[in-house]
Amino acid sequence: MATGIKDKVAILGMGCSKFGERWDAGAEELMVEAYLEAMSDAGIEPKQLDAAWFSTAIEDVHVGKSGLPLSMALRLPNIAVTRVENFCASGSEAFRGAVYAVASGACDIALALGVEKLKDTGYGGLPASGVGTLSPQWQATGSAPGNFAQLASAYRAKHNVKAEDLKKAIAHVSVKSHANGAKNPKAHLQKAVTEEQVINAPMIAEPLGLFDCCGVSDGSACAIVTTPEIARSMGKTNLITVKALQLALSSGSETGHNSWDGSYFHTTRIAAKKAYKEAGIDNPREQVSMFEVHDCFSITEMVTMEDLFISPEGGAIKDVMDGFYDADGKVPCQIDGGLKCFGHPIGASGLRMLYEMYLQLQGRAEQRQLGQPSMGMTHNLGGAPHQNVAAVCIIGAE
Amino acid sequence: MVGITSFGGYIPRLRLLRKSIVDAHSWADPSLRGKAKFERSMCNWDEDSVTMGVEAARDCIAPISLKSPDAIYFASTSMPFVDRQNAGIIVEALSLGQDIASLDIGSSQRAGTSALMQALAAVKGGSYQNALVVASDHRKTRPSSTQELAFGDGAAAVTIGTEHVILEYLGGHSTTVDFVDHFKGEGQQFDYNWEERWIRDEGYKKIIPPTIAQALAKTNLPAEAINHFVLPATIGRAAETAAKAAGISSEILCDNLAQTCGDTGVAHPLIMLLNRMEEDVRAGQLIMVASFGQGCDVLIFRVTEHLAKMSKPNGIRGSLANRQEESNYNRFLAFNRLIDKEYGMRAERDNKTALTTLYRRRDMILGLVGGKCRQCGSPQFPRQDVCVNPDCAAPHTQDPYSFVNENAKIQSWSADYLTYTMDPPSHYGMIVFDKGGRFMTDFTDVAVGEIDVGTAVRMVFRIKGFDERRGFVRYFWKAVPIR
Repeated sequence: MATGIKDKVAILGMGCSKFGERWDAGAEELMVEAYLEAMSDAGIEPKQLDAAWFSTAIEDVHVGKSGLPLSMALRLPNIAVTRVENFCASGSEAFRGAVYAVASGACDIALALGVEKLKDTGYGGLPASGVGTLSPQWQATGSAPGNFAQLASAYRAKHNVKAEDLKKAIAHVSVKSHANGAKNPKAHLQKAVTEEQVINAPMIAEPLGLFDCCGVSDGSACAIVTTPEIARSMGKTNLITVKALQLALSSGSETGHNSWDGSYFHTTRIAAKKAYKEAGIDNPREQVSMFEVHDCFSITEMVTMEDLFISPEGGAIKDVMDGFYDADGKVPCQIDGGLKCFGHPIGASGLRMLYEMYLQLQGRAEQRQLGQPSMGMTHNLGGAPHQNVAAVCIIGAE
Repeated sequence: MVGITSFGGYIPRLRLLRKSIVDAHSWADPSLRGKAKFERSMCNWDEDSVTMGVEAARDCIAPISLKSPDAIYFASTSMPFVDRQNAGIIVEALSLGQDIASLDIGSSQRAGTSALMQALAAVKGGSYQNALVVASDHRKTRPSSTQELAFGDGAAAVTIGTEHVILEYLGGHSTTVDFVDHFKGEGQQFDYNWEERWIRDEGYKKIIPPTIAQALAKTNLPAEAINHFVLPATIGRAAETAAKAAGISSEILCDNLAQTCGDTGVAHPLIMLLNRMEEDVRAGQLIMVASFGQGCDVLIFRVTEHLAKMSKPNGIRGSLANRQEESNYNRFLAFNRLIDKEYGMRAERDNKTALTTLYRRRDMILGLVGGKCRQCGSPQFPRQDVCVNPDCAAPHTQDPYSFVNENAKIQSWSADYLTYTMDPPSHYGMIVFDKGGRFMTDFTDVAVGEIDVGTAVRMVFRIKGFDERRGFVRYFWKAVPIR
């Protein structure tokens, strides 16, 4: 009988590069930036690493395939490196690999690092990635904003929401994240914006305007994990441990079977339920201190807060407008600025979310520091509403 | 009795105002100003002679339940493939099965009537029982040319058989004369045209009448017996001149649709015929169809009592009524690749098509055939080995199930300005079929603000994308609002 991951693994150290249009750095330099911070935070030597998990998603526009780009950039001492890719949830996937390796007892210390260098393509927005041989012959020719914008139309129809009311609510989602990002020196976008700016921005994919979309950035983030026992033996105190780690993938029912109404993430709900159970949480709205969710688009964040069972179904607009998720609200969301302000270097994002939760739980988030959070949850989603990979992770004080 | 047993037509929804062409070019050629009247049909960026042909054939096959055709003739001078049988794409799109003979016919503006004559002869001779003839053209014209103004895009389809004949074929005649009024050499984009007055006086006036005389002689009919005369011509008074020389009153000349559609090339004789049959004919009347192009084809039909009894297709009149005015000439130029427009780096994506995959899944991609689970009854697209219903998930339980004629409603949508399309914004969304099944699809022929959740849609066969580097065209199905 599986006993779950709760408290079996502790975070020994984390690092995160400056995110942004890093014209000065390639993926290799970004990796080193995140890695050195994490190693310094953990206080270990490279030879203490037993294995590594490396996440990139659109590798063909920067480092290419395999685990070698990590191994060679960091000059790792011939240890096992597994390259993982699971769309935009890749960073969480790398973390999961390292955590499971430690939990199994196969490794004492494992590293997870994600990176994406997206600004070597010559244009804005996400680069196209490989789609195989069948799908381009029939699947709708969409972009990420267009796919996620679908949520807005279905959500409006299901909950009988006026277009302008939804637009205003999702604008507040972005305004809140920009206000948070303005306080984060590692964020790509560090400027506050007004609701008017968001609402009047150029349309990208109806109804999502420019400020409803996260940026496209370069960046890397890294985590080093071990067992709580080893961490304590190394003199670490105030341990942050993994409480839950869940991944749910679409079976194709959303895109192929008429049981889904298009207004929510089926997978997120499943992963969240399992994660709460694994972490022993029965009232997440009260028990989880803060969230970093996959706000690739403002509508995604808003809908996700229902799918994580924080806002009631159809109730996220009210919570958003009431400031429930603002920095001074009851459950702050995207306290680091989120994907909205960090941008979304695919392979790194899941780890970047954990980095902020880790800092907050340790009281090291400086001007962004919340009171005394005890439990933080990340949500990292890859794909599109109709077919996706949902990863959730809960970490907290031991 | 041999003849036409059903008919269908298709004219693209877009109608380019001729004024928009003239406004762009009259600075250089003031004589164009007099031609700034009415409109011409215009393919959307994702339409070509094959897609229009498929829609015409669907319109033709839909109203009455026919035996599946055992032969198809596809006539066009603008086929997307020089070497890949274009009729074969239509066969797959219509899911006609592989036991069907097929032939592409082109190289002359009378290819449509020639295809029709070949099919009539083959059915009469007993080689085939039920032949499908599709004529379609989407001709590329040089900007500011007479042809750009006069031409239109469109397709027509008829079936030929011996039962339930609506137009009995009485006989006809063909002549072949190497009269080069225009030509298009290998590798050329555009026609090269000779003087119109010469074409009218030496061509129409001297080549058509003797062909008509032969056809009348073969059928033992006097010219006066003809009630309706179809003769496409873009040159002023050419049809009237030819009719008069043949002893036929210009009063019975059928509308050449110059005001509403323009000349649709090889499809035009059939389109004019269909347009007349949809409203203005009675049982017993005689219709003569002629077309001109390095000679002449003349066919004579008698309307039977079955015409009035058959359920009418959408046809030419239905197509013409489904009209979206286009006043932006630049859009016409872009859609027809007559300007080298900047589409951004996103357009650089390599669209190489895996032909093995296309062949393996051809019923799915070209025929929109999905599956229906024998165990739980769920229709689904695509058809896979394991049922998509999460409560079923049975392996190997799916029978082929066509979504072609199933209507659906939009569940979610967006108008996307980021993704590359030749006609931004790209509209796509999830559609849910009324009888079950769904998938995320591209929408076409829609304007911004025209669709919403709940909008009813139907499926149409369109170009999915181009592989510019290798000259390949991908086809798939898209949704259009039911109007």
